Amino acid sequence: MVEKTEVTMDSGEGTGPVPAKEPAEVLLGYYRDMVLIRSFELTAVEMYKRAKIGGYCHLNLGEEATVVGLTAALHKRDYLFTTYRDHGYALSRGMAPGQVMAELFGKTTGVAKGRGGSMHMFDTETRMLGGYGIVGGQIPPATGAALALTYRGEPGPDAEAVMCQLGDGTTNIGAFHESLNMAAIWDLPIVYVIVNNRLGMGTTVEAASGEPELYRRGASYRIPGERVDGNDVLAVREAAAAAMERARAQRQPGLLEVMSYRLKGHSVVDPARYRSSEDNERAREADPIPALRGSLLQAGIIDEEHATEIEREADEQVSAAVAFADSSPDPAPGELFDYAYATPVANAPHTLPGDPVVEMP
Amino acid sequence: MPVITYRQALNDTLRAELTRDESVFLIGEEIGIFEGSYKITAGLLAEFGPTRVRDTPISEEGFVGAAIGAAMLGMRPVVEIMTINFSLIAIDQIVNHAAKIYGMFGGQTAVPMVLRMPGGGGQQLAATHSQNLEVWYAHVPGLKVVAPATPADAKALLTAAIRDDDPVIFLENLSLYNTKGEVPEGEQIAEIGKAAVTKEGTDVTVIAYSRASVIALEVARQLEDDGVSVEVVDLRSLRPLDRHTICASVRKTSRAVILEDDWLSYGIGAEISATLMEGAFDYLDAPVRRVAAAEVPLPYAKPLESAALPDANDLIKVIRELLEATSFTR
Repeated sequence: MVEKTEVTMDSGEGTGPVPAKEPAEVLLGYYRDMVLIRSFELTAVEMYKRAKIGGYCHLNLGEEATVVGLTAALHKRDYLFTTYRDHGYALSRGMAPGQVMAELFGKTTGVAKGRGGSMHMFDTETRMLGGYGIVGGQIPPATGAALALTYRGEPGPDAEAVMCQLGDGTTNIGAFHESLNMAAIWDLPIVYVIVNNRLGMGTTVEAASGEPELYRRGASYRIPGERVDGNDVLAVREAAAAAMERARAQRQPGLLEVMSYRLKGHSVVDPARYRSSEDNERAREADPIPALRGSLLQAGIIDEEHATEIEREADEQVSAAVAFADSSPDPAPGELFDYAYATPVANAPHTLPGDPVVEMP
Repeated sequence: MPVITYRQALNDTLRAELTRDESVFLIGEEIGIFEGSYKITAGLLAEFGPTRVRDTPISEEGFVGAAIGAAMLGMRPVVEIMTINFSLIAIDQIVNHAAKIYGMFGGQTAVPMVLRMPGGGGQQLAATHSQNLEVWYAHVPGLKVVAPATPADAKALLTAAIRDDDPVIFLENLSLYNTKGEVPEGEQIAEIGKAAVTKEGTDVTVIAYSRASVIALEVARQLEDDGVSVEVVDLRSLRPLDRHTICASVRKTSRAVILEDDWLSYGIGAEISATLMEGAFDYLDAPVRRVAAAEVPLPYAKPLESAALPDANDLIKVIRELLEATSFTR
């Protein structure tokens, strides 16, 4: 049994002075990744307003340190399952920004060939196995992925493991509890990460949860829980890496609660009028991007010019992603049934609305 | 050819597939130490051990979802859901996940899994434990739904389902487990999506699946003695549905009755009837008739339960009505 590490902070305090031992290149890499997500998401808002993107569109704005810290804790061989607020994870896990944007645009060059859209980023290469639109839907499959790993490898520092990200509201769904219970009794190599942005759509954690300190919910299953400041990319990485290490080496499932903020509404179309001005102010103050930027400047790792250069590069990458998505082909109606079944089957339906249901000689 | 029970055919097939392919494993409630609520998995824990025959907590949504995730990584889980009634607790994972993952993610990851679940009334299990909810699953693209009626089909369709890369709902029926039939030895793999004409006839077609197929065949043999030639189409697969075989048969006989254990409204028979309107309208001598369960929560008391469920007498009555209405002469 691993000792529970309790972090008392419950409001994001952001990145403090950067530790001297942390290589400058690593820190710069995190800053680049975070800035790329910020630029991508702001552009997604713009593209949504121009109707290039349809459906629901949930953004990682304000959660950049959380996203980058979590994915930094993953090995290439690890699997990641996420919620529908998934653009940043897709980018951070290594999917090409152009293909992620093309998925938002519903193009054939999208990571899911335009079949999934914003909520369903998926890529077997980078082992991000979705983006799930149903709240809590990803948790049992992620648990099953961890179960599959127990059939194909032994525990150890280089073993594969699973990270399953979820939101604060999701901890009230049955699938969460059923999954933690199975992970515990079967010793599964999985870390459940609650990104607590304090709001499930418009409902606060306190209003929705009998135990609002969500990391404590692991206790019912003897799964060690830990809470960490989601605005501190290094703190997130360290906590996630330690939990993943226990999952890989000891098959000890873990529960990590990352305290973060949503800078905007639940989705692009939500003006979030239910949020108080104080809450919005706290979220703005906790914004991890200016915080990390300030720390890097203070530590002399970058200067103003270098920082601006990184930000400009991110904007250019996103512009190129938009151009790629825009110029990519739309799927043709004739491709509608292309992924109906993995194993072809007799009499599979392939009629369009208004077609005869049966062709007889 | 050996004559074995439907239960034994399932047990033999699970054993054969566990032996053949290491990625196959069984998962469900009470399938190991208890050997299955209906003893379909008898002896398998002892033979294959607790990782290949995995008992679960009472968490249908959890373990069905876990099977999905394991399938996404290349395992081939065979899930036992104690009865189809309990599958409702897992329906988000079945409908929103198992059925969607291959198509919604652009064909990147298949979900090769089987969901075995027995349904059916007639055992005095009352309203919540006696349902035939197959139409719920048959409605959903991305799933395959099979419903074997005989021990031979139980073997051949289960083998096909386990080797298929898509999620397959494998419908069993409580009243079929002890039925016996000839089962060919060696590897038998059915083609999913194909119906079978299990008895040829010329006067009327009875279309059925699972337990109802067995009744249809009995009735067909009985009426044969009275000079009525009944053709029986056993659907075997509810999704995909073999509309062609159904229409071809009714074009030949000009009369159609559907026998089904599910409730009448919006049932499997409704879909078949609509198919016949398009595929055999000009050949029909009479309206298509459906013999289905009465639309009530099934009562416990035997007289009420029996009254609600379709049986051989109901089918015979409807066939005779249909023949009389069309001035049938022998």
